[in-house]
Amino acid sequence: MNHILPLIITFLAGLLMIVSEFIPHKPFERIVSELEIWFMIISGFAIILGQLSLIKMNVLKIQYKSENWKYCVVTLISFFIMLIAGLLWGTQNQGGIIGSGESLIQSIGSKPFDYIFDNIYQHLMASMFSLLAFFIASAAYRAFIARTLESSLLLISAIFVMLGNTSIGTSLTSFLPENLNFLHLPTISAFIMDYPNLAGQRAIMIGAGLGIIGSSLRIILGIERSWLGGKK
Amino acid sequence: MKITTIDRRWIFLFILIGVGLPLMLPLGFKLEVTPNVQTVYNLIESTPENKVVLLSFDYDPASKPELHPMAFGIIKHAIDRKQKVACLALWPMGSQMVDDVYQNLKKEMPDIEYGRNFINLGYKAGGIVTIQAMGKNLKNVFPSDANGTPITNYSILNSIHTLKDFAWICSFSAGTPGLKEWIMVAKDKYNIPVTGGTTAVSTPGFLPYLNDQNQLTGLLGGLKNAAEYEFLIQRKGTATAGMDAQSVAHIIIIAFIVLGNVAFFVSKKRKKD
Repeated sequence: MNHILPLIITFLAGLLMIVSEFIPHKPFERIVSELEIWFMIISGFAIILGQLSLIKMNVLKIQYKSENWKYCVVTLISFFIMLIAGLLWGTQNQGGIIGSGESLIQSIGSKPFDYIFDNIYQHLMASMFSLLAFFIASAAYRAFIARTLESSLLLISAIFVMLGNTSIGTSLTSFLPENLNFLHLPTISAFIMDYPNLAGQRAIMIGAGLGIIGSSLRIILGIERSWLGGKK
Repeated sequence: MKITTIDRRWIFLFILIGVGLPLMLPLGFKLEVTPNVQTVYNLIESTPENKVVLLSFDYDPASKPELHPMAFGIIKHAIDRKQKVACLALWPMGSQMVDDVYQNLKKEMPDIEYGRNFINLGYKAGGIVTIQAMGKNLKNVFPSDANGTPITNYSILNSIHTLKDFAWICSFSAGTPGLKEWIMVAKDKYNIPVTGGTTAVSTPGFLPYLNDQNQLTGLLGGLKNAAEYEFLIQRKGTATAGMDAQSVAHIIIIAFIVLGNVAFFVSKKRKKD
């Protein structure tokens, strides 16, 4: 029964959503609207679940002194600092438990939560993403080698697209007359993106779409049951 | 051969100099406006005054350098054209991104009045389902703005009941949920013009939507397109400044690729000999 009831609910809910797409009238429309509201509420609770899971995983790693457990201490300290700052003084236009922290705003310029978000978190996130530039440069140097015909094609395409995506690429061939526009670097880059790349992307999208339909049907029909806890 | 085993810290150093110097000493390379950027610009230009438009901030600070200039440029352009701008977020930190754009916009356009020509509806969990629910009743999904004030207190959304009442929708997207979900619901189901801005790395995945059915009405892909948009609205911002750095970084990467290939072929030839 533990498994049959969730399977019946999944089957009925899945069927209802499919039918409502084809019959967008009463009572399906109303039921689906209600289900959508339920989904949003459940999604909100999923955030709390995620936070509890984060605490549990990190506490366990610290408890058992797992590899790199010291980073878990940093994660938990950061998490609770943000949580406490938000709860006590609130964020931007919303007050917290002990008010809006007027005196703190006067000394540091904003509420503690916003101050940490603007001056630490945002820059850390941007730095993490920016590090990609360094690693991509290093990886490209080692990986883009013309060993075979396929890798040579990839290499040439990559160079044209990279040049086309720079202002220098535009300047390099801007002297070309109008009738030689097909040799203009941004035009070559656009051609690669609009034809070979687009064909590949469409194939991937169609494949992914069919995959989603397949796996959705497997879940609705109860063939795929891993979501019930990993037991078949 | 030494060049094939070059210490990657040398590459890092070159990239650091290549990115850092143009940021401090702008080179001012020439920019050409690409058709997709021009389409986005034309969409805003052709939208009548007083129409309400919807912008979705589906990114967090990691993508801020690329997507923030687009968001700023498009909102400024829409408000310059006397359109009303409603913003929301499908990503938890998107709401803070909206606030940041609004604070900067307020410095350049002090006449903007919150609730009359701009509103931040805040973050809502649920992704594509949230968009579907907005298609049926917006005020059920967003009864209040990001500050908790009922949206009925503001005049900006008086004429808006569902997604269909917006003139166009734009998503600044760094992943899922994002632009793809907006296309699937707002365009494909309700036929509302959808445009967007994405990071350069995810742009190729959106090109199939730029088709004869106009699933996407133009697209800003990466910093280059953001800089082109700044050029069109005649406002040099962080995208224009960043383009020089990006261009030099790309040239350095290409130079290293060429170097790597030369080293590969030389060592191959030596082995043969």
